[in-house]
Amino acid sequence: MHSRSDAADMGQLFRKRANAIARLTVVGIPLIIIGVSGCFYAFARSSFWTKVDAPVEQPVPFSHKHHVGDDGIDCRYCHTSVENSAFAGVPPTETCMTCHSQIWKDAPVLQPVRDSWQTGAPIKWVRVHDLPDYVYFDHSIHVNKGVGCATCHGQVNEMPLTFKTQELYMRWCLNCHRHPQQFLRPKSEVVSMDYRAPSDQLTLGQRLLKQNNVHTAGLTDCYTCHR
Amino acid sequence: MVDQQHLKPLAEDGFFSDDRGSRVPPAHTVARGQLRDDEQFYTGKIGSDLAATFPMPVTRELLNRGRERFDIYCAVCHGYTGNGDGMIVQRGFPQPPSFHEQRLRDAPIGHFVDVITNGYGVMYSYASRVAPEDRWAIAAYIRALQLSQHAPASDADPATWQNGRARPPGAPKSDSPRNSDGRPSGRPLPPSTND
Repeated sequence: MHSRSDAADMGQLFRKRANAIARLTVVGIPLIIIGVSGCFYAFARSSFWTKVDAPVEQPVPFSHKHHVGDDGIDCRYCHTSVENSAFAGVPPTETCMTCHSQIWKDAPVLQPVRDSWQTGAPIKWVRVHDLPDYVYFDHSIHVNKGVGCATCHGQVNEMPLTFKTQELYMRWCLNCHRHPQQFLRPKSEVVSMDYRAPSDQLTLGQRLLKQNNVHTAGLTDCYTCHR
Repeated sequence: MVDQQHLKPLAEDGFFSDDRGSRVPPAHTVARGQLRDDEQFYTGKIGSDLAATFPMPVTRELLNRGRERFDIYCAVCHGYTGNGDGMIVQRGFPQPPSFHEQRLRDAPIGHFVDVITNGYGVMYSYASRVAPEDRWAIAAYIRALQLSQHAPASDADPATWQNGRARPPGAPKSDSPRNSDGRPSGRPLPPSTND
């Protein structure tokens, strides 16, 4: 059955260049793995994916810059439930109309607001900050323990259209949950848009941890944010 | 995992024809613990008359709370001192009356609670934004503002004068202390000697 030439072929199953291919594979596969993961990592951090610094189109081009920065309206005027509920609250059309029934009342740009007021159909605002559903997040506890609005939401008073300033990844949450003293403010400064951390922030932070009764022991437990 | 089968507050959902995920409660629904059986507390009225008294003790905490809430919800139009010259008025909103005019100094305290609850003239109701306790706190603080603009110089503690907190008669009116962005600083009310 078997001829001599068959046996000779068996002996040369791997040709000489197989050595080069083997070396290339040993080096190349890890390089490819590193390269591909690197691409994924860079992509996940890119603003294309995280939408950081990308203004979000809204049905009405609402400007925090105008309402907060120019008019000095307090965050809580519209986000009424931020101090006592998980959800900060998107204001109902009634809140817009409180002023805009009298000022800018014929502006074409506000037509969707007037339509909503007349028909009762809500304005379909587009969510800017959307945490994954497996994350438990509560605004009230953060605000009441001294985390400033701007710490997470950035200088909203300078945003004509609102955008995210943080990618909201877990490591970012943990950065503060591990070292809250680096970020806490006095409670009276929580909604301030021009508060700047003092040079002795760590001393202040340590004091605020005690004063605001922050339980640091459980801050990095899994169930604190995943429940 | 990232988007699970539940709705976030106010999220859109196609189940009902109006696309609202959060449903509007039927009329006359009473949420647990929110039965509004204390007429004076919830309406500022006793029968058809405006209440002349507070349903709770007027404490410094109440006044501080009232100041904070006033600065958030009222000062935008009424101004931080209640003169009716807030930023939204400067932007063209019809000017509300000053809290320091005689009619409003004589108004029973329930008037302010009633106006916050139901609105008045071009002012919308703030019932959905200001909780009932806070309406009374704001009313109390409006009273404090009214007193502040009509207090005789003899009421001021001489020590306070020297600290520069009270201004001598005839000095130009100054608003309450501000941060650099024009918001009031979070300083508590100065101690008063006649409460």
